[in-house]
Amino acid sequence: MTSTPSEPVLRIEDLQIALPEGADRAFAVDDVSYELNAGEILCIVGESGSGKSMSANAMMGLLPDQVRPTAGHIFFDGQDLLTLSEAELRDLRGRRIAMIFQEPMSALNPLMRIEDQISEVFEAHNLLTPKERRARTLELLNEVQIPDPEKAMQAYPFQLSGGQRQRVMIAMALALEPDVLIADEPTTALDVTTQAQILELIHDLRDRHGMAVMFITHDFGVVAEIADRVAVMQFGKIVEKGTAEEVLDNPQHDYTRKLIAAIPKLHAEKQEMVTSPTPILEVIGLCKTYRSGGGLFGGPERVVKAVKMINLKLAEGETLGIVGESGSGKSSVGRCLVRLMEPDAGSVFLAGEDMAHLKGEKLRSARKSIQMIFQDPFASLNPRTKIGRIIAEGPIAHGVPAQVAFAKAAELLELVGLDKSALDRYPHEFSGGQRQRVGIARALALEPRVIIADEAVSALDVSIQAQVLDLLADLKARLNLALVFITHDLRVAAQICDRIAVMQKGEVVEIGTAHDIFNAPQSAYTQSLIEAIPGREKELAAAS
Amino acid sequence: MLRFIAMRLVKAAIILIAIVTLNFFLIHAAPGDPAAVMAGEAGAADDIFLEQLREQFGLDKPLLTQLGLYLGGIIQLDLGFSYRQQMPVADLIFDRLPATLLLTMTAFVISLVLGTLAGVLASARVGKWSDTLISTVALLFYATPLYWAALMAVLIFSVQLNWLPGFGYETVGGNYEGLDRVIDIAKHLILPATTLGLFFMAVYMRMTRASMLEVSTLDFVKTARAKGLKPSIIQRRHVFRNALLPVVTLAGLQAGQLVGGAVLTETVFAWPGIGRLMFEALAQRDYNVLLGVFFVSAAMVLLFNLITDILYRVVDPRIRAS
Amino acid sequence: MTDFWKRYQRNRGAVIGLIILLAVVLVAVLAPVLFPQSPWKMVQRPFLPPFAMERFPLGTDTLGRNVLAGLAHGAQVSLLVGLISTLVSLVIGIPIGALAGYFGGWVDDALMRFTEFFQTVPNFALAIVLVAIFEPSVQSIVGAIAIVSWPPVARLVRGEVLSLRSREYVEAAILSGQTNATIIWRQILPNTLSPIIVLASLMVATAILLESSLSFLGLGDPNLMSWGYMIGAARTVIRQAWWLSFFPGLAIVLTVLALNLIGEGLNDALNPRLSRKGK
Repeated sequence: MTSTPSEPVLRIEDLQIALPEGADRAFAVDDVSYELNAGEILCIVGESGSGKSMSANAMMGLLPDQVRPTAGHIFFDGQDLLTLSEAELRDLRGRRIAMIFQEPMSALNPLMRIEDQISEVFEAHNLLTPKERRARTLELLNEVQIPDPEKAMQAYPFQLSGGQRQRVMIAMALALEPDVLIADEPTTALDVTTQAQILELIHDLRDRHGMAVMFITHDFGVVAEIADRVAVMQFGKIVEKGTAEEVLDNPQHDYTRKLIAAIPKLHAEKQEMVTSPTPILEVIGLCKTYRSGGGLFGGPERVVKAVKMINLKLAEGETLGIVGESGSGKSSVGRCLVRLMEPDAGSVFLAGEDMAHLKGEKLRSARKSIQMIFQDPFASLNPRTKIGRIIAEGPIAHGVPAQVAFAKAAELLELVGLDKSALDRYPHEFSGGQRQRVGIARALALEPRVIIADEAVSALDVSIQAQVLDLLADLKARLNLALVFITHDLRVAAQICDRIAVMQKGEVVEIGTAHDIFNAPQSAYTQSLIEAIPGREKELAAAS
Repeated sequence: MLRFIAMRLVKAAIILIAIVTLNFFLIHAAPGDPAAVMAGEAGAADDIFLEQLREQFGLDKPLLTQLGLYLGGIIQLDLGFSYRQQMPVADLIFDRLPATLLLTMTAFVISLVLGTLAGVLASARVGKWSDTLISTVALLFYATPLYWAALMAVLIFSVQLNWLPGFGYETVGGNYEGLDRVIDIAKHLILPATTLGLFFMAVYMRMTRASMLEVSTLDFVKTARAKGLKPSIIQRRHVFRNALLPVVTLAGLQAGQLVGGAVLTETVFAWPGIGRLMFEALAQRDYNVLLGVFFVSAAMVLLFNLITDILYRVVDPRIRAS
Repeated sequence: MTDFWKRYQRNRGAVIGLIILLAVVLVAVLAPVLFPQSPWKMVQRPFLPPFAMERFPLGTDTLGRNVLAGLAHGAQVSLLVGLISTLVSLVIGIPIGALAGYFGGWVDDALMRFTEFFQTVPNFALAIVLVAIFEPSVQSIVGAIAIVSWPPVARLVRGEVLSLRSREYVEAAILSGQTNATIIWRQILPNTLSPIIVLASLMVATAILLESSLSFLGLGDPNLMSWGYMIGAARTVIRQAWWLSFFPGLAIVLTVLALNLIGEGLNDALNPRLSRKGK
């Protein structure tokens, strides 16, 4: 992608935005300058808390209360946006500068029909007659390729899928042909195939309308896919900027290098199959159906078959990935394995014993051998319990004397790379990555033979993610653990898994070694998943 | 929608049957002979009447049979007989019901309209003196006993200022006709309805204010601003409509409390409704009347709940679809 | 704890509320010392207006009883009934809510239909019926108030437990082999404490209003002087003796207001994240 050199439509100079007192730093962004040219896609990249969305909110005049620009300029169309009155800004919003957001569900008013929400943009700027607005809305929905636009106009947001809602948001932003489109993490909440479609749409629309796009993201894969130019932010400052090629292929700043290195590579080693005569875990014919509604006074019953006749085998010391998009049933499988959810049918043999049909005391002691690591590092630790107690609780419940259990907890903390002084502290004193280490220590406390990791690194920033993945790989080797790794992220799966099962709509559509899955996917769905991985093409080009 | 209403009616019927059963067991749990309890204060009724009651309700038969007889009576809208007033309880109640409906409906409308308006106003000026004023007044109303507010209103507006009547439903011996009568009743209605509504006004105000502030932090409000919409339109179209949902739910629950509050208001203002009837029955220990009023007020609550549920479905498309 | 107090005192209303409540508690505790005589005893001529005699600053009532002594003794009744009936409501509501939320399924269905029933029934009317049938006494009043007040507790606890139940740390506790009782007691209930405390402080206020309303209708304990009774007894003479209704009413307003203010302060102090939004 070549950027067209022209007069910038938007120029930010030495922008500084102050945070309210008591925040973890004084300025949300400090000394930030960049330009946005017509017809160009600029990616602002950074991890959470880097201040990457702040300058965009400042140019829209949509900063949160108590957060104020304290220095600098934002030049647009010959005027400094920071000096404009609210009424002048309002005239620009939606007409000259438009914005789309991360969560298309919460960004749409749940009580208004799609048509009304889009035509409101014209109304806000007193343009067109009601009839023309309707016609234009239909055109816009056609342009963003919503299936059955006539019907979508009459729909409420909850009746559309995530991808469709984001298309509606884009239609709304395009309504008045703005000069600048700000996209704030617009694909983060979407599945990988939907993400690929939305990225393509934004790309096409830029080509067709020639607007400048400011694309805010944390994901270097997305950057590789869409950016013309890149600015990398850390702690409120721009640490590096340049064309996409410069930044991705030849990063200058340490932080950028670290971020890019932390991205799991889309390359699975070809390796000897770990073969073990008897598998430690064997799943046969597992089924799970959700029923909601119904009952005495509920409406009609809804039935969702989340898991349909799944068969899996896991050898000792092996890592099996279960990969799928949201709604594929991958998490339901994990939860059925440990009986946090009751399977409707099928067997789960753990070291020869059928977990799916145990009850009471037998289930309790069988569960010692199969433990779980959870997704959300903030919800997975009881905020009112000290770390030591959190780790020791399991062994104590199984009759280990408290003193022994606490001594063991201290050892485990060191094993997962935390200081044993953590024993007497509460979860809120730790960062997300550290909490996830505590979660791992807790899972290890019962000396399990199988660990289920359910999206265990999905909530972490990419640099932390890399560290936790390394820790898991290391522990697995040292303790000869078998690991079931459930994830939506194919890059992560490629890095850590020996074998991968791809799930779609409750079924395993393909299962094989990680190497085979990535290099010779058999099913059409697996192929489409792999093709949708952002940044893949660029990586392939670089590798060859 | 029809299916939904049918379902809700079945549910309401079950609750009513449960209330009747509760009434039945209360009569039996009360100290003393159930027949005497039904007749009113022990010892006041004559033996022939007591015998008649024992016969009618099969008080010498097993408890379940008795429950059946009692339920059977209620289904035919027979709420028993008031020995004290020498009238069927149902007649007593239905005579007085219109006055109570007028009072509670007026109080409901006053409190809902003024309460939500004040809440919207306060949320629009959050932190300013007008917000502080509205919130403080609401806090005071919220802490004021209904009956005391009523007494003070009588003292100020009726006794001291002589602006409004503080007693009864219409002017005794006024013999007004047509529009004059309506105006006369309206004048009598102002103080009772306003004082009955004060507490709920405070509740709706606080709820609306909190709900408006909560909704205005949601993402779709930011979207609306990003479109370039005027703040007044954003407030009305996006914030207010969404903020109203919890208020509607609350209104359904609160409506029931109005009926209970009416006992106090009607007592102070000598308003001839079922609340006043309940107060009189209390003094005379006329339990049949007491339980009858309780039953009818529960039925009114169920009706209010049904109306707000339907309203909620009209406002919220998500509920409608499910 | 110091953190808690720091956040609490940032709410000025809450501090005022606490001061008022402490004053009311002090009066209630000292009532037998300040006014050793029974508040039912006739001490002066009836209808003595306030500020007319130094010994009876708030005057006397229709039977010549000291209004100020009545207020002091009434404070005891209001606070005690408010506190005890709230405790009883918690004892009924917390287990019902916790069981419904934790076990779900038919247990939840059954318990919630039961709760819904009590929430639908007009609660003041039910309280009247209960007290009237079981004869007015402190026990029947406390019982009636508790019976009509527990449903919000059950619903709150159920909601909290339901959301905590699916929290990952509770699932981890299930996997680690802890028993249901341990999980409810150690993992779940401690995390529902803050909203329960806030609700309880508001419930004491509501209970005081309910008790005074019952007494106003003549359903108070006949042996105890209470604020509601004083207003009820003066209702018919409001035109001649305003002070007989005015002062007890003021006492109720102040006490209830204080409790509501304290409830808001507790909410700010215990849920710092939630309260910041409104500011």
